[in-house]
Amino acid sequence: METPKPQKISPKKTPIPEQPPQERRRNFGEVALGYSEEQAAQEAGRCLQCKKPLCVTGCPVGVPIPRFISAVRQKDFKRAIETIKEANLLPAVCGRVCPQENQCEKFCTLAKKFDPVAIGRLERFVADWDRSQGSVQVPETAASTGKRVAIVGSGPSGLTCAYDLAKLGHNVTIYEALHEAGGVLVYGIPEFRLPKAIVAREIELLKRMGVTIVTNAVIGKLITIEEIRQQFDACYIATGAGLPRFMNIPGENLNGVYSANEFLTRINLMRAYQFPEYDTPVKQGSHIVVVGGGNVAMDSARTALRLGAEEVSLVYRRSLAELPARKEEVHHALEEGINMELCSNPVRILGGDNGHVTAVECVRMDLCELDDSGRKKPKPIEGSEFQVKADVVIIAVGTGANPLIAQSERNLTVTKHKYIVADEETGKTSLRGVYAGGDIVTGSATVISAMGAGRKAAAAIHEFVLHDSQLPAKSADEPPARKK
Amino acid sequence: MALIKEKRLLRAPDVFYFRIEAPLISKKARPGQFVIVRLHDKGERIPLSLADIDADGGTISLIVMAVGKTTAEFTAMQPGQDVLDLCGPLGNPTEIEKAGKVVLVGGGFGTAPLYPIAKAFKNAGSEVVTVMGARSKDLLIYEKEMLSVCDRVLVATDDGSKGIKGLVTNALKAELEQAPADLVIAIGPVVMMRAVAETTRPLGTKTVVSLNPIMVDGTGMCGGCRVTVGGETRFACTDGPEFDGHLVDWDVLMNRQRKYIPEQKHSFEQWKTKHAGVVCE
Ligand SMILES: Cc1cc2nc3c(=O)[nH]c(=O)nc-3n(C[C@H](O)[C@H](O)[C@H](O)COP(=O)(O)OP(=O)(O)OC[C@H]3O[C@@H](n4cnc5c(N)ncnc54)[C@H](O)[C@@H]3O)c2cc1C
Ligand SMILES: Cc1cc2nc3c(=O)[nH]c(=O)nc-3n(C[C@H](O)[C@H](O)[C@H](O)COP(=O)(O)OP(=O)(O)OC[C@H]3O[C@@H](n4cnc5c(N)ncnc54)[C@H](O)[C@@H]3O)c2cc1C
Ligand code: SF4
Ligand code: SF4
Ligand code: FES
Repeated sequence: METPKPQKISPKKTPIPEQPPQERRRNFGEVALGYSEEQAAQEAGRCLQCKKPLCVTGCPVGVPIPRFISAVRQKDFKRAIETIKEANLLPAVCGRVCPQENQCEKFCTLAKKFDPVAIGRLERFVADWDRSQGSVQVPETAASTGKRVAIVGSGPSGLTCAYDLAKLGHNVTIYEALHEAGGVLVYGIPEFRLPKAIVAREIELLKRMGVTIVTNAVIGKLITIEEIRQQFDACYIATGAGLPRFMNIPGENLNGVYSANEFLTRINLMRAYQFPEYDTPVKQGSHIVVVGGGNVAMDSARTALRLGAEEVSLVYRRSLAELPARKEEVHHALEEGINMELCSNPVRILGGDNGHVTAVECVRMDLCELDDSGRKKPKPIEGSEFQVKADVVIIAVGTGANPLIAQSERNLTVTKHKYIVADEETGKTSLRGVYAGGDIVTGSATVISAMGAGRKAAAAIHEFVLHDSQLPAKSADEPPARKK
Repeated sequence: MALIKEKRLLRAPDVFYFRIEAPLISKKARPGQFVIVRLHDKGERIPLSLADIDADGGTISLIVMAVGKTTAEFTAMQPGQDVLDLCGPLGNPTEIEKAGKVVLVGGGFGTAPLYPIAKAFKNAGSEVVTVMGARSKDLLIYEKEMLSVCDRVLVATDDGSKGIKGLVTNALKAELEQAPADLVIAIGPVVMMRAVAETTRPLGTKTVVSLNPIMVDGTGMCGGCRVTVGGETRFACTDGPEFDGHLVDWDVLMNRQRKYIPEQKHSFEQWKTKHAGVVCE
């Protein structure tokens, strides 16, 4: 690489301008404001341009990190975006939501001594620069192959698969159950972390590439997988893992108790925060308790705060270090004043005469910290019960697979918990011509891994429709793929 | 977008019949299922039961009772206008089998979704008796339609203006005492379904009820429609809407339906001041 080695490396990441915590805790505007060109070039200067870039091994889709960073350093942002897009179609999304500390940045050589290079922030910067250049360039698509592919679900996995297939000249139709496309990116992740305009733009791009998006289409109910197999040359199922889990503790059905999915959907998809201008209501509590410790819990807590809550407490059964949410979000949540009830577990939810929740009873957990041997199972400490006042409780303890498709298509091999069994490399399922990927195969994971699966499936589907798809006959079903 | 093809006033002032273009849904829909509509881009998603299915004509029918903002807005719409989003068919169909004698119990708009169910049981060769109730005879809906597909229709009114004077459960009890039924299906207000379940419990008659908790997505994603049945949490939109009436925890359901009353009032009052002259209860 021609980029000169920096003289002295700053041990810290170049700070990113942010809305101050006291302000942002009451608005839905984005928390991080993004690098300027100068700041981006400066941060790019921290990269060592390693011959063996370990960072790339940590990225599930293999973004050519040193190459794009080198272009940023030279302020050739056009080349930078083209480089990223070789591997990642949604850098404006991934730069914002990838858990970089577990992926690319975890493996960065610099991280051994200093802060790693802020790869996520740079990726976001480049994507935002691209968006600021005005109208989107519709990528060239290959000549039509005349092959038709159906995609079920419009989350990051389905969108990516659609993009790749459309580019290869296939005729793609996406079916989405909700009235708006985007999956978790629109109904789950809030505006202050991922502005909806970013997702809308990507969807607009797909439409301009000739992809048809059919909303309000619940596959398994309106159209079955079998019918799709008859009408299309191949199918990709990317329906996510959207089934909310509850804890089965007393009081869970009191009014004011939400699944995180319901709470976030009312607010993000239905815009309950603009009620009554928008018709969908949501309970605006003053004391909120959120149960869980992942991104979903963190998003729920911070959203509740922004709706005007006086106090928001997060109840998590392990310690701060083990919160599975992105590090940056935990940091932001603490800055915004979210109260953390760590090493605690709810045992019951208490309600008043009006059937509305009043408090959550929790118990402290012993052994909640991780020890050398791995994860110990936290145990409740007898007699340590305490109550947290609450008028809204949000349960964010994970999600499972939605069983609708599995119920309507008995020949599709699924696991005990209704996740679809699919080949890791190709997405192939037990049904010929039917592929699957993203959260519906892996269980709740990440945006980038769902995209990676969509991309692998697109490649496999391309091969399949061009080379061996005489319309998939039932008799040609293959023995179920084994999960490796 | 789904085109409204036909609209009729069914019961003054607030219950309307709509026939809506839905070629795909009408091919798939079965009695007992429902759809979710969103009228415009600021609208709420609300569930409505299928009151008729015409696969050949490519339409479905809905009965809408104006009880709040969204339903009032719907009933103010006219043929030729479009409903922005129409999603379905959702929920599980009624299990239709030749069942000897089936008694259908309808209250409020609940009689309407019983109509396709009655037709299906009749076609399957069952004896179908409908018991329908209202406060007075002017408030009955779908009586003519039910007469056209059932063996018998019994009416109960609170004021005795038609049929027997009393509650549907009185009429149901009398009917069951005369000749037991193999299956009872009740659709209507929660208090009515609960009373039906209590009436049949001592007789041990299999009783199916169609639960109507508040919903958002209707696809099993939000858990807002959860109900307690047989001590377990079930989602009405994907596990139901029909459940064994003897196993439903009615208190939980009634409490959850009241969840948004202040917000709903607020939004409806605002709408009404802007649309003076529209009649609703
Ligand atoms: C609140 C929240 C915050 C998160 N934060 C992060 C984060 O910061 N970083 C990160 O990497 N990951 C995060 N995740 C996880 C990430 O969003 C998911 O892993 C990812 O979206 C999975 O993508 P997918 O395409 O497989 O499914 P989804 O995004 O879930 O999309 C599936 C789509 O399929 C549709 N669908 C379902 N069933 C049917 C059907 N029968 N017919 C038609 N359509 C159907 C759904 O409506 C949905 O639109 C978060 C998740 C949530 C809920
Ligand atoms: C599976 C199912 C099928 C349904 N079928 C029909 C139908 O065929 N025709 C019809 O007119 N209505 C039907 N409903 C009820 C209908 O969805 C509600 O009346 C509607 O959501 C009210 O919206 P709104 O904005 O007009 O009133 P809101 O302002 O939301 O509510 C007004 C009043 O109605 C009550 N309410 C709200 N939601 C429900 C509900 N889901 N069930 C019962 N009461 C409720 C509220 O407590 C309040 O008192 C059905 C509901 C379900 C779940
Ligand atoms: S896509 Fe995600 S993991 Fe890959 S380089 Fe970008 S931020 Fe890192
Ligand atoms: S490992 Fe770190 S320093 Fe090395 S190329 Fe990747 S980002 Fe640059
Ligand atoms: S309405 Fe959301 S899960 Fe049933």
